[in-house]
Amino acid sequence: MSKYSALSLLRGAFNGQSHWQPAWRDPEPKTSYDVVIIGGGGHGLATAYYLAKVHGITNVAVIEKGYIGGGNVGRNTTIVRSNYRLEPLSRFYEFSLKLWEGLSDDLNYNVMFSPRGALTLGHSDADMIQLAQKGDAMAVQGIDAELLTRDQVMKIEPCLDFSRQARFPIEGAMIQWRGGTARHDAVAWGFARGADSYGVDIIQKCEVTGMVMGGNRVVGVETSRGRINAGTVAICAAGHSGHVAAMAGLKLPVESQTLQAMVTEGVKPMVQTVVMTQSLHCYISQSDKGGIVFGGDPDNWPSYAQRGQPVTMELAVQQGLALIPALSRLRMLRCWAGVTDMSFDGSPIIGTTPRDGLWINGGWCYGGFKATPGSGYLFAHSLAHQRPHAIVEPFSLDRFERGSPVDENGTGPFPNHR
Amino acid sequence: MKLIPCPHCGNRAQAEFVYERTADSVVPLDAEPDAAVAALFARANPRGVEEEIWRHTYGCGSWMLIRRDRVSHAIEWVKPLGPEALP
Amino acid sequence: MNAATINFTFDGKALRARPGQTLAAALLDNGTKLVGRSFKYHRPRGILSAGVEEPNALVTVGTGGRTEPNTRATDLFVYEGLVATSQNRWPSLSSDLGSALQLVAKALPAGFYYKTFFGPPKLWLFYEKFIRRAAGLGPAPTEIDPDRYATRAAFCDVLVVGSGPAGLIAARDAVHAGKKVILVEQDAKLAPSLLRDPHEIESKPGAAWAEDVAAEIRANGGKVLTRTSASGLWDDQFICLSEKLVEPGQVPANGFTQRYWHVRAGEVVLATGVIERPLTFANNDRPGVMLSQAVRTYVNRFGVVPGQRVVVATTGDDAYLTAQALRDAGAEVVAVLDSRAAPAGQDSGFAVFNSAVPVTAKGGKNGVTALVANLGGTERTFACDLIAMSGGFTPLVHLHMQAGGKLDWDEAAQAFVPGASRWNVRTVGLAAEPAPAETVGATGVAKQAFVDFQNDVTVADLDLAWREGYRSVEHLKRYTTLGMATDQGKTGNMAALDRIARREGMTVPEAGLTTFRPPHTPVSMGALAGLATGEHAQPTRRPALYDLHAAKDPIWLNAGYWKRPRAYPVGAETLAQAGLREARAVRSSVGMCDVSTLAKFEVQGPDAVQYLERVCQTSVGKLAVGRGRYTFMAREDSLVFDDGTVWRLEENRFLLTSSTGGASRMATWLSYVRNHLCADLKVSLVCVQEHYAAIAVAGPKSSAVMAKLTGAESPRHMSVVDARIAGIPAWVMAASFSGERAFEVHFDAAHAEAVWNAIEAEGCTPYGLEAMELLRIEKGHMVVGPDIDGRLTAEELGLGKMVNKAGGWIGASTLHRPAFVDPLRKQFVGLEAIDGGSIPEGSMLVRWIGGEAEGHVTGSGLRVLEGGSIAIGHLKGGHKRHGEELYAYSPTRKQKAKVRVTSPHCYDPAGERYRD
Repeated sequence: MSKYSALSLLRGAFNGQSHWQPAWRDPEPKTSYDVVIIGGGGHGLATAYYLAKVHGITNVAVIEKGYIGGGNVGRNTTIVRSNYRLEPLSRFYEFSLKLWEGLSDDLNYNVMFSPRGALTLGHSDADMIQLAQKGDAMAVQGIDAELLTRDQVMKIEPCLDFSRQARFPIEGAMIQWRGGTARHDAVAWGFARGADSYGVDIIQKCEVTGMVMGGNRVVGVETSRGRINAGTVAICAAGHSGHVAAMAGLKLPVESQTLQAMVTEGVKPMVQTVVMTQSLHCYISQSDKGGIVFGGDPDNWPSYAQRGQPVTMELAVQQGLALIPALSRLRMLRCWAGVTDMSFDGSPIIGTTPRDGLWINGGWCYGGFKATPGSGYLFAHSLAHQRPHAIVEPFSLDRFERGSPVDENGTGPFPNHR
Repeated sequence: MKLIPCPHCGNRAQAEFVYERTADSVVPLDAEPDAAVAALFARANPRGVEEEIWRHTYGCGSWMLIRRDRVSHAIEWVKPLGPEALP
Repeated sequence: MNAATINFTFDGKALRARPGQTLAAALLDNGTKLVGRSFKYHRPRGILSAGVEEPNALVTVGTGGRTEPNTRATDLFVYEGLVATSQNRWPSLSSDLGSALQLVAKALPAGFYYKTFFGPPKLWLFYEKFIRRAAGLGPAPTEIDPDRYATRAAFCDVLVVGSGPAGLIAARDAVHAGKKVILVEQDAKLAPSLLRDPHEIESKPGAAWAEDVAAEIRANGGKVLTRTSASGLWDDQFICLSEKLVEPGQVPANGFTQRYWHVRAGEVVLATGVIERPLTFANNDRPGVMLSQAVRTYVNRFGVVPGQRVVVATTGDDAYLTAQALRDAGAEVVAVLDSRAAPAGQDSGFAVFNSAVPVTAKGGKNGVTALVANLGGTERTFACDLIAMSGGFTPLVHLHMQAGGKLDWDEAAQAFVPGASRWNVRTVGLAAEPAPAETVGATGVAKQAFVDFQNDVTVADLDLAWREGYRSVEHLKRYTTLGMATDQGKTGNMAALDRIARREGMTVPEAGLTTFRPPHTPVSMGALAGLATGEHAQPTRRPALYDLHAAKDPIWLNAGYWKRPRAYPVGAETLAQAGLREARAVRSSVGMCDVSTLAKFEVQGPDAVQYLERVCQTSVGKLAVGRGRYTFMAREDSLVFDDGTVWRLEENRFLLTSSTGGASRMATWLSYVRNHLCADLKVSLVCVQEHYAAIAVAGPKSSAVMAKLTGAESPRHMSVVDARIAGIPAWVMAASFSGERAFEVHFDAAHAEAVWNAIEAEGCTPYGLEAMELLRIEKGHMVVGPDIDGRLTAEELGLGKMVNKAGGWIGASTLHRPAFVDPLRKQFVGLEAIDGGSIPEGSMLVRWIGGEAEGHVTGSGLRVLEGGSIAIGHLKGGHKRHGEELYAYSPTRKQKAKVRVTSPHCYDPAGERYRD
C-alpha cells in the first residue's frame, strides 16, 4: 500500500499522479474464510479492518452485493457525536468518538473528521432542563458537555433566528465541542483500503442469497458467486438486516424505513457547527463544499425504496427555515434517501443470534454513521473473542424479550419513534 | 407521494394516513407471554409483500389492512378493519 | 430585435439589456465573456449554454434579503434594476487570487484531500477553515427573505412537462379528448426550441403556432404555466412544480416571489427534450467555448452573435444549423470540424473537415483566440474567438427515472432513452428519440480537458479514480465530485461514462449510470417551506380561555403546540416569585387554573368497564356511579406511558382524562385497542378534549367556593356531581393534583369565559403551570414526560398497590420478563435537600462527586409554605433506599446539593387535606 501524504501528492505533480495504486484489490472469493462479513458498508468494512489489525484475523471476506459504501454510510448527514442521556448509549458512542479522533492517522486516509461542535438548541425552560440533564449525564462519565446561554449561542451561530417572535425561540443550547462531521464516503473507503492492506478480501457485486446451515449452526453463505464457507458469519447490513436474517430463519425487532436527507447549493461558510434541536426533528450542518446539509424524520412507514416522500422533506425544510430564516433564498440541490433499520427502542443491535456462528450488527436507526469506528472495533472484538464486548452487551438482540430496552426517548416498543 | 385507497373515502394521499404496525404484530389480550413477546418484537420485515395496519388518521379516522409491496410500494388490496369499519 | 432599454449592473458596471434577454444573453451582447470562476481551481469561465444546465455562468443576484447566490445567468431574464455580481473570486473576477490554485493544480488531483492534512482533529479544523472559505461558490445569505412563497395543490388528468412541439401537441390532444390538462414550461416563453430554430408548423410561424396552441389549451380548460419547473416526480404521478412569479432577486408586486405546486396527475407526459453534450478537449472550459445550440439560441432568439470568427466542432448534423445561423448573422465560420468520416454537410458551403476533432483551445480569461484541431491525423490551428461544439444529445430522463422508470440504450444517438415506466408516465418528442450522433472521446491533455466544468473534474481525474479502484460509477462520482455541482452533471455525466467505456472497452450501459435524484433543477428552500415559516412554522393551539388569559398578560409556556399560562405576575414579579405566590394562595386559600388542554375521552356502552379495564392498569368496575379514581395506562411492553383519572358518570358512561402532551397518542391508542383488541365489545369512545373546557379550583377554601357557586354541597373527594355554574351545566369532580381539597369543573368550552369569571369572582387566585409544578412536586404527583418516562413499570413508579390484581390490562402478558426483577432498575423516589441548597432539576444522583450516576432528578421544587428544597427523581433500587444520603450533582451548571432519599409524598402523605 503506497502511503498517502502531502509529499506523495507533490511527487505526483511531477509524474502526472501516475504512481497511485488501487486503494483495494478486486479479488475472486475463496471457498472458505474464518469470518465472512455480509455487507460492505461502513460497519462491515470497519469490522474487517479491526479484526485484521487488532486481532490478527485476516482470513476475512467482506461480501457486498453492490459497491462498497453504497448504502447508508454514503447516504447520511455525516454527524458524529456522543451526546446521549442513557449511559449505555453515551458510553458506546463516546468510545466511537474517541476512535474518530485518531481515525485519519490510523487509516492513513483523511476522513475529514471535523470536531466543529454538536449544538443542541433548547426552545423552552423545559428543553433547557432536559439538555442540562443530558449534559450532566454525559459529564459525570467524563464526556464533554457545555450548557450555553442564548447570548453564547448567538456568538457561535449568528445565522439562527434569535427573534422573540420565533416559533421556536432559542433559550440556550448544549454543545459537545468534540462532536462534528466527517466525510462519509471517505470512511468507507479508508476502512476498505486499510482492511485490504491486511489481506482482507473485499468482494463487490456479490450478493448473499442464502445461509448454509449445519443443524443450528451457520457454516457459510450462498452467494451469487458461489458458496463460501465460514467459521463465523457476521451480518453488517443495516437497512436490510431483516432480509438477511430471514435467510437464517430469524425475525428481528427491526423495520426498514426510509430516511431522507438533502443538501443545498454551496455557499461560503454560514453554519459553523452541527445544529440540532431538543424539540424538532431537524439537524443542519454545512459541508466543506458549502452545501447546507439537512436531515429530518424518517418516512415512518416500512419501505425499501431508497426514495423518500416529498412531504417529509418539505417538513424538514420548514423546520430548518424556522431555525435559520436566511436559508430561504438558497436552493435545494439534491435530496436522497437511505433505508434504515428502525429498531424497537431506537438503539442498535449488536451481538449473538439464536443461530450458532451467526452474529449481527444492525438496528442503527438514525445513528449508524457516527458509530462506525466504535461499532467496527467492538464488533470485531466480540467476534474475535466469541463473546460480546462489555460495551455492546446492553445492545444484545435478546434485550427485548428480556425486558431491558435501551430507549433514549421512552417511546418504544415501536419502530416509529415520533 | 403514494395514493392509498381508503375503503371509506377512496384514493387519498399517503400523507393523510399513518402506518401503525404489521398485521401479525397485534398482541391479542389473551396472548401467552411468549407469544406476546414474539408478536411484539419479531418482524419478518420482508423486502417484498407484507400485510399492514394503517389508519386514515388525518381523514376519516378509519382503520384498514393493506397488503403492499415494500420495495415498489404497490398496493395489492385494502380491507376495512374493526367494528367501526363501514360494511 | 428591440433596442437595449433595461438597466442592470454586473459587478457594479451599468449595462443595458434588450427586452426578453437572459442575463447571459445581455452579458454577451455587452461583450462580457468572463462571468464566473470555477469551484476548485478558480479557472475563468464564461457562458457554456443557454439553459438550466449551465455549469459556469453562476452569479449572485439581488440585494439584502433578496440576495440569491448561484443563480444561472442563462436562467434569469433581465429586469429593470437587476443587480448581478460574480462570485467565488477575490478581490475581483478579473484578478482572482484564488486562480493561483491553477499553478499547483498538478498536486491537487481528484480526492487529494483524502491523502493529506493528517494530524490531530484540531489541525484538520484549522485546514478546513481555509478550505471552506475557498469553496462554496456564492456568498452566504445573512438577511431574512422579505418575500413569501405561495403554495397550491392541483389535480389534473394529464400533466405535460415541456412546451416544445411534442409537449404542445400532447397537451392539445388531451384537452380535445376532454381531459383536464396542465402544461408547464420552465422558460419564460413557450416552445423555446422554436425560438432557436424558427420554422413553420401547421402553416404558421413556429412561435405564433405555439402561442395559438397554448391559447387553444387554455380555452378548453387547460392550464399553461411558464417559468415553471417540474422539480420532482413521485409515486402515483405526484409532481412538485416550482413557478417563478418574478425573477430571482426581483421585487414582487404582491409579496409572493414563487408558487410551489403539489399536483396529482392521472398521467404525466414528459416532453423534456434534450441537452447538448460538450466535447472533451483541452481548455474546453475557456470563455468562448459554447454549446452549438446555445450559440444558435443567442443568435436567433436573443439577437446576440457571441463571436465573429467561429469554429464549429460537431459529431452530428445539428451543428450545421448553427454554422448557418452564424453565417446569416454576419459572422465568419472559419471551419466546421466534423468527427465523422463522411458527414452529410459536405456541400453546405462551409469549410468542412472530416474526421476532425478539436484538441486544444488557446486563449485565456477574456476568451479563446484559437483552436488546435486534429484533422484526420494532422494538426492545424484555427484562429477564432468562438468555438461552438456539439457532442450529441442527452435526453432529459430525470423525471422518468425519479418515477422508477427504466432506461434503454440508443446506440445511434449514443444516449440513454426512457424505457418502461413504473407509473403512468410516458416520454414524447426528442427526449424519447434523440438525433443520431457519435461520440469521439477525449482529446488533448487529459488534465486540461474538463468533464464536469463547475467542479473542475478533468479526464485525468476520472482516469486517476479508475486507477485507484473507484470503478463503480457511484465511486467515481463521489471520489471525483463529478455531477455533484449545482448543474447536477447535466452536461458532464455522459462524457464521463463515455470515457470509462472507451478506456475499458465496454459499452456505455456496462460502464453504468448514476441515479437521478430530485429535484431536477434546484428549488428554493423558501418555496419548499411555503407559508409554514416564521411564527407559522408549526401550528399553535390556543385553549378556549386563551383571550381571557391574554388579557391578564401572563408569562406563556409553549407546551407542545399549546400556549398555556405559566404564571400571572403582579407588578414586577419574576416568574419564580409569581409562581410561589400563586402556589401559596392555593395552599392557604383557594386558586384556579385552566386545565382545559387535558386529554378527555367519553367512553360509553354496556361493555365500557371491560374496555377500560384493558386500557387502564387499575380496576374500574368497582367504581360506583358518581365516583372516580386515579388511573394509569401501560403499553404492550408493560411500561407505563400515561396517567389520568376515570369517572363513572352513569352506569355505562365514563369520562377518562389523560395527559395534555400525550393526547394524540392516547386518542390513537384508544382507537387501536377498541378496533383491534376489543372489536367484540359494545363500546364507543369519543375524544372530547376540546369540546369540554376544564378549570381546577384548589385550596382549603375551594369547597366553600364550589358550594356557593353550585348552590349545593360539594362532592366528597373523588366524587363527581352534575351542577350548574353561572347557569352553565357542568360536572364538578372532586380531585386534586395540588394536594389540597380541590375540584375540576368540566363544561362546554363555548361558555369557558362565563364559568371562569364566575369562579374568579369568588376570590380565587388564578395560577399557572409554574405554581402547579410546585404544588404537585411537593405532593409527589407524577407527570408524563419527566416522571412517567416510558421506561418504568407501575411497580417502579410506586403504583404497584393500585394495579388491578385481576390482570386483563394491556401489558400484563409481558410483565413476566426477567429484566423487570433486576434490583438495580430505577424507581420513583422523593428527595429533600439536607444542607439548605436547592436541588438542580435534571441533575444526576451520585453517592460521591465523581461517582457514577445512579439516578436523576425529574422535578425540583420547594416546600411551598415552609421553604426548603425538595425534589422527585428516579433512582436505582430507590424504593429500598429511603433515608440514604446522596448528591444531586450538575456538572454542567456547577451545582450540587446534598440530598436525602425520601418518599415522594412530601406534603400531607395521609391525604387528610382532601377532606373538608
